[in-house]
Amino acid sequence: MEQVLAGIKIIVSDDGYLTDFSQWNKGIGSELAKKEGIEMTSRHWEVISWIQEQVKAGKALSVRGIKKSGVLDIKEFYALFPGGPLKLSTKIAGVPKPKSCI
Amino acid sequence: MGKTKVRKMLFILSKATIENVYAAFIMANGARMEGIESEIFFTFFGLEAIQKKKLEHLHVATVGNPAMHIPTMLGGLPGMEAFATKMMKKEMEKLDMPPIGEFLEILSDSGCKLWACKLAVEMFHLEEKDLIDDLDGILTIGDFYNRADEDNTHLLFI
Repeated sequence: MEQVLAGIKIIVSDDGYLTDFSQWNKGIGSELAKKEGIEMTSRHWEVISWIQEQVKAGKALSVRGIKKSGVLDIKEFYALFPGGPLKLSTKIAGVPKPKSCI
Repeated sequence: MGKTKVRKMLFILSKATIENVYAAFIMANGARMEGIESEIFFTFFGLEAIQKKKLEHLHVATVGNPAMHIPTMLGGLPGMEAFATKMMKKEMEKLDMPPIGEFLEILSDSGCKLWACKLAVEMFHLEEKDLIDDLDGILTIGDFYNRADEDNTHLLFI
């Protein structure tokens, strides 16, 4: 599915996830966040960078992994991305939707 | 909150076999991950899952459980339950499923409310100090129904 965000044509999956990470930049991340009702702060971006590093390193994302991350705790994760933090943060980060059930 | 039509999931956990406890925990945690509110009401044997001394010692049922595919007589031998439980926990760890104590912390940190049933707590002669620190309180069934009295709320008995 094609979409124009921050003046750039991007391709997203049916549920709105970027299919090609090379199309991602901060502007697009901000626009994706705005659609979910999230106003990005420097703390949000720190978490987004960490998520992108994890995915790049081939590590699976889960809520349990957040608890062990040392970057942020689960409470903060829910506070930063209310309404499904793992789903929302990965969407904003331009990485695939996690398949984890936990 | 998310844009889902289901707004709140309330689970009543009445059993302490490991598969039932995990079913409740995974569904309650999964709800939070989808932006749905969730709460668990621990009653009767379900209380074992929130007792500090017992929660890491729950077992899978090897007797009266046809899905184990072993003869019931064998399932009743001493050590069978412990053995089957050990095997199951090993498989769970492979899938990155947290142990009960850690799972309860994850649920509480995720905003899932954890309640103990007042009547069952009294029946088993338990005190607050026997129960996990993350517990949100001890409720009567009436209190719990009041928490369910909202649009788009579902109750599930496990």
